[in-house]
Amino acid sequence: MKNDLQSEAYLRMLKIRGFEQAVTRLVTEGEVPGAVHTSIGQEAAIVGACMALKRDDYISGTHRSHGHPIGKGAELKPLMAEILGKVTGVCKGRGGSMHFTDTSVGSIGESAIVGGGIPIATGAALTAQVRRTGQVALTFFGDGASNEGVLAECLNMAAVWKLPIIFFCENNGYAAVTPARNSHGQPDVARRGEGYGVPGVIVDGQDFEAVYKATEAAVGRARSGEGPTLIEAKTYRFDEHCVGLFINGNYRPAEEISHYKNERDPVTLFRTSLLTSGMTVGALLEIEGEASRLVEDAVAFAKDSAFPDPEEAFELVHANPIPIRR
Amino acid sequence: MNDNNTKRMTYLDALGLAQREELEGRDDTIIIGEDIALYAAGGAYGNTDASRIRSAPISECGFAGMAVGAAITGLRPIVDLTIANFIYLAADPIINQAARLRYMTGGQFKVPVTYRASMWHSQANAAQHSDRPYPMFMNIPGLKVVCPATPEDAKGLLKAAIRDDDPVIVFEDNDLWGKKGDVPLDTNFVVPIGKARTHREGSDVSIISVSGSLRHALKAADDLAKDGVSADVIDLRTLLPLDNEAILATLAKTGRVVIVDPAHRTMGAAAEIAAIIVEDGFDMLKKPVKRVVTPDVPIPFSPPMEAPLYPNPERIAAAARELM
Repeated sequence: MKNDLQSEAYLRMLKIRGFEQAVTRLVTEGEVPGAVHTSIGQEAAIVGACMALKRDDYISGTHRSHGHPIGKGAELKPLMAEILGKVTGVCKGRGGSMHFTDTSVGSIGESAIVGGGIPIATGAALTAQVRRTGQVALTFFGDGASNEGVLAECLNMAAVWKLPIIFFCENNGYAAVTPARNSHGQPDVARRGEGYGVPGVIVDGQDFEAVYKATEAAVGRARSGEGPTLIEAKTYRFDEHCVGLFINGNYRPAEEISHYKNERDPVTLFRTSLLTSGMTVGALLEIEGEASRLVEDAVAFAKDSAFPDPEEAFELVHANPIPIRR
Repeated sequence: MNDNNTKRMTYLDALGLAQREELEGRDDTIIIGEDIALYAAGGAYGNTDASRIRSAPISECGFAGMAVGAAITGLRPIVDLTIANFIYLAADPIINQAARLRYMTGGQFKVPVTYRASMWHSQANAAQHSDRPYPMFMNIPGLKVVCPATPEDAKGLLKAAIRDDDPVIVFEDNDLWGKKGDVPLDTNFVVPIGKARTHREGSDVSIISVSGSLRHALKAADDLAKDGVSADVIDLRTLLPLDNEAILATLAKTGRVVIVDPAHRTMGAAAEIAAIIVEDGFDMLKKPVKRVVTPDVPIPFSPPMEAPLYPNPERIAAAARELM
């Protein structure tokens, strides 16, 4: 892999980590309306997948929505402003934390309906195929969404029509607080692809390069007309399902959490691998400094931005407006 | 009426003509639905590129959602859900995605998707094939809902739906599929969404009709005329948005209103229309508003039980007479 790709990947992973840490801090300061779900621990899976895509390729995602557009290269300021419900937010304060969308980088919507982003990306792949644009689509979903029927429907249709799509499962082992072992008849989500004629691949989601290579291969298949691939990245969520959610009941063993945080942190693992492959400490520090600056600037921008005028609630309902009564 | 620019055809043929014109006339329209390719082989879509005709597996939620993804990335999908009850399987992407993506993304998308749903009532198909579900979707901001009652409106409203940049559900009255009427052949003919049509001018009582009730309303008006009662008959055509001006205009003419709606009584379209009349036109009312609707029972299979449940000319005329 080229050095600049690795630098960019490291920067994006750090941007996600820093963004999520800043959001968590803002939640504790009482600045954030609504529920917030962070991606800390899942950065290599997200960025590994996104770096294998072009800027105009499509992604859709989940309620754990922040990492995906950042991984795809989105600017942080409008995202952070959206978290705070500000008028400068990427969705003008109408979407919030669970629904990031930034079409400027091909992010066509994170969905708070579990599995909801799957048919959206499959439809974007249909557009790419019909219009012969050469674009591909990738949909991020969790192990929880793998039990939604719409995944089966879309895997099948994508296989029948050889659509240019990658079904990318971030399997972090828990659907909210229910362990996958209690809700999956087949623990490997990737193996479900075979039943629909879709090749399934399992990768270590904490390993950036493994994820990147698997996604790059799937993207190649999609672009050359060979159809969909199902990738399952085995990963781990470091924080609670939802920031500030207190679960009384030890659904995750403390040793499991500390194992992942201490031994399997994707950012630390990637940093070590970059050093091993010859990147200098100075170069790494420069990237780390840039990520911190970008996050700080985003927080300042979001805090300084105004809230929307309540009257704006009545705008953007339709492209071709109809009367809306008060 | 039957001049060179119109052709007499069935409601179903008018829908087919609208679809073919919009598929042939532009390259961004696609059609998705079960068994679609069979019709393509029969030439139903003219010379449309086969990649734009998608015969889908029986996966309503999946392909209704895919159509949203296709719509926000530059296509203009027509989704044929066939029997209206099947829309429940597709309700999640229609409600949670199609209706809201533009709004939730701060206007980053247009969602030009059309859903066709045919209401197969009155044909002994029992409760899982006979629904008239439009009222549920009138409660979803972001959608538009149309219910054509004539072949001309079937063509014009389906074309308007396909050309509209917002999600539109076209609820077809399957009982009208075989009924004929004059249909404009102009490929640019559309019926504007949101506009009611007056079918008969009158001064004593207003009959406000929804969907296929129109023909029963007109028959009732004929019967009332024999008794010297003059009925003003309007067909709303679009249910979201409702044509409030037309509703209040007919009320102003007569002061007496019968609303005819084949949906079930509780929270049906008629309930909202009645609320508009009471909120905005109370002073014009000479008598209470009457509703002729389908009672709140699941639709039974056996024809003698099924038939009397829907609005018919006798029930409409009787309701009008009670207001005189």
